[in-house]
Amino acid sequence: MSEPLIAMRDVNKYYGEYHALRGITAEIGAGEFFSLLGPSGCGKTTLLRAIAGFEEISSGVISLLGKDMAGVPPNQRPTNMVFQSYAIFPHLSVKQNVGFGLRKSGMGVAEKTRAIGEALEMVGLGHLGGRAAHALSGGQRQRVALARALILKPKVLLLDEPLSALDRKMREDMQVELMKLQREVGITFVLVTHDQEEALVMSDRIAVMFEGEIAQLADPEVLYRRPATKRVADFIGVMNFLPGQAADGTLEVAGLGQVDLDGTFVPDGSVSGACSVGLRPETLTLLADGEAGSAREASGVIDEVVYYGDMTYYDVRLEGLPEPVRLSMRNIVGRDVLDVGAPARVAWDPRAMVVFPD
Amino acid sequence: MAQGLSREAKQGLTIVSPALIFALLLLAVPLLTIILFSFWTQNFLTIDRTFTLENYSEALTDPLYRALMMRSLRISASVTAVTVVTAFPIAYFISFYVRPEKKALWLFLITIPFWTSYLIRIFLWRVILAYDGPVNGTLLELGIIEEPLSWILYNANAVVITLAHAFAPFAILPIFVSLEKIDRSLLEAAKDLGEGAVMTFFRVTLPLAMPGVLAAVLIVFIPTVGDYVTPRLVGGSGGTMIANMIYVQIFDLSNRPMGATLAVVAMLTVTITLAWAILHMRFWVHLSDRVGGGVAGLALAGVAAAVDIGILWWLFNKGDAWFGPAGTLGIMAAIMVFGAVSIAVLLPKGRWGI
Repeated sequence: MSEPLIAMRDVNKYYGEYHALRGITAEIGAGEFFSLLGPSGCGKTTLLRAIAGFEEISSGVISLLGKDMAGVPPNQRPTNMVFQSYAIFPHLSVKQNVGFGLRKSGMGVAEKTRAIGEALEMVGLGHLGGRAAHALSGGQRQRVALARALILKPKVLLLDEPLSALDRKMREDMQVELMKLQREVGITFVLVTHDQEEALVMSDRIAVMFEGEIAQLADPEVLYRRPATKRVADFIGVMNFLPGQAADGTLEVAGLGQVDLDGTFVPDGSVSGACSVGLRPETLTLLADGEAGSAREASGVIDEVVYYGDMTYYDVRLEGLPEPVRLSMRNIVGRDVLDVGAPARVAWDPRAMVVFPD
Repeated sequence: MAQGLSREAKQGLTIVSPALIFALLLLAVPLLTIILFSFWTQNFLTIDRTFTLENYSEALTDPLYRALMMRSLRISASVTAVTVVTAFPIAYFISFYVRPEKKALWLFLITIPFWTSYLIRIFLWRVILAYDGPVNGTLLELGIIEEPLSWILYNANAVVITLAHAFAPFAILPIFVSLEKIDRSLLEAAKDLGEGAVMTFFRVTLPLAMPGVLAAVLIVFIPTVGDYVTPRLVGGSGGTMIANMIYVQIFDLSNRPMGATLAVVAMLTVTITLAWAILHMRFWVHLSDRVGGGVAGLALAGVAAAVDIGILWWLFNKGDAWFGPAGTLGIMAAIMVFGAVSIAVLLPKGRWGI
């Protein structure tokens, strides 16, 4: 990473007694798509608003482009924000909304008109400029909010849950569009979201936050495959947790058997005693009748079948395990969907195991 | 008829009928009576029921009536301006600075003046503004004035002060409601887009509060034009308004038809003036939007307003020489009604709820 664009050092925020941000330290680079991910109330929006200048932090430093932002109001920061409600001015037209921030730009009328046209073109709303803002759909409002922020060419674009108000299909389209847009304009995007899928799809790096702290800061693949804590593992995607017992370099996993601790991933470096063994659904394989097994195989009974079209999720009750494990299979040609109650053999791989101490 | 009405319509009619009957009996019937009277004449103790426009001719040509009507409009406009300008900061304070759980208490406090009779409040103002009252006493004591101010009581100023105080809650409430409805993230967005507090106010807060401001203008202006008690008690001779003349005609001079005519003329004047003002405002705002708002829009709207008002002002002051007093007023009314109706027909309802 080059010179960090945003640097946060030991940022704390109190609301009276309530400790909303607890010692946040992170750096965000130029041109990065960075996400703050966490459940509601984890402080991610507070942190975003602190970067924008809407919240004053109680202690610590937030600097943008190497400059300490303490006391700098939002209108003088090189950031622009897309609000969760989009905050489209209802009394102005689409064009007037997009051009709102250009008053002090020193542009002439013709220049402004061209800039507004380009910004609207960029978000795919070139034909809607004259429309009144209150006559827009949710997706269009969001695009207007984007154009309105990007026209000012900020160093950082802050997005507060921008997709949460859209329906699923629109959300997925907008995810791709936002990524494209970010690559096109090349500026840093900081996105706040509670949707782990959204964060995984779009981000270069993700900071997972719980209770005002960053639990893990990593790129999506590391977060998914090498979660640092059980809580992160649980929050991102689906993970089965099997009770285990570690001692002398070996790990006894309930229902599966004994494995070498060396072949698994241990986030803390070493582990001993009672632990939880994490396995993602797609790392378990349901074996068909007669299919050659492997040494690493367990048997059980199918407890639940959830059919998704492209995928099927099975909950399989394995011998020796109190809870069923969830596994996912792609519905490729020639593979039948099994029924509840059918006997099942499950192949597993120790390399997919993530071992957390209890 | 029976099957023509849906269940809902019947329910609705049932619910509104008591109020409807009440309104018909106590509003429509007296109003029609007044209109009827305005076309009759008083013949000493009896009423001559022959249809005539004589009263109207007198009402429109007699300079006294005309002066009183203009003064009523002027005082009302001043009251409206003072009330709205002072009410706005109060509404703004309650909406933006008072904690949510305290807002109801503040609104309640604002209604406290209503606990005393309106008459008593006017008398209190008479005491406060009196020659030897507390205002003059304090100013004298502080050495700000050499002798008591005489222009604060028994003239139009006193009427403006008293009415502005009496109508303050009526202006505060609608403005407060419109400020409450403003999504606070809009103000943050304006700041985020580079505007400071002052420009955020003029570019976002004020335009979005305009429906409330206009509602306040109507609520204050309409009843104050016809106010009778306040000018009677604190207005002196210089603060007498049209309603006082109506009273004089009906009760002192026993000329009920003339009083009725003046009432009708006053009603028409207020209606036409307001319709003209509101619809022309729609037109001015529309012009401003046409050029993209901002300073250019403001300038264009200002020029249009100046032309519209200028034409009427010129007619009012110079028209008599050409068209005679009644003719001038007729032409003015025609221009105002024509302008208002064409705007209403040609321009769609725009922002601010107008």
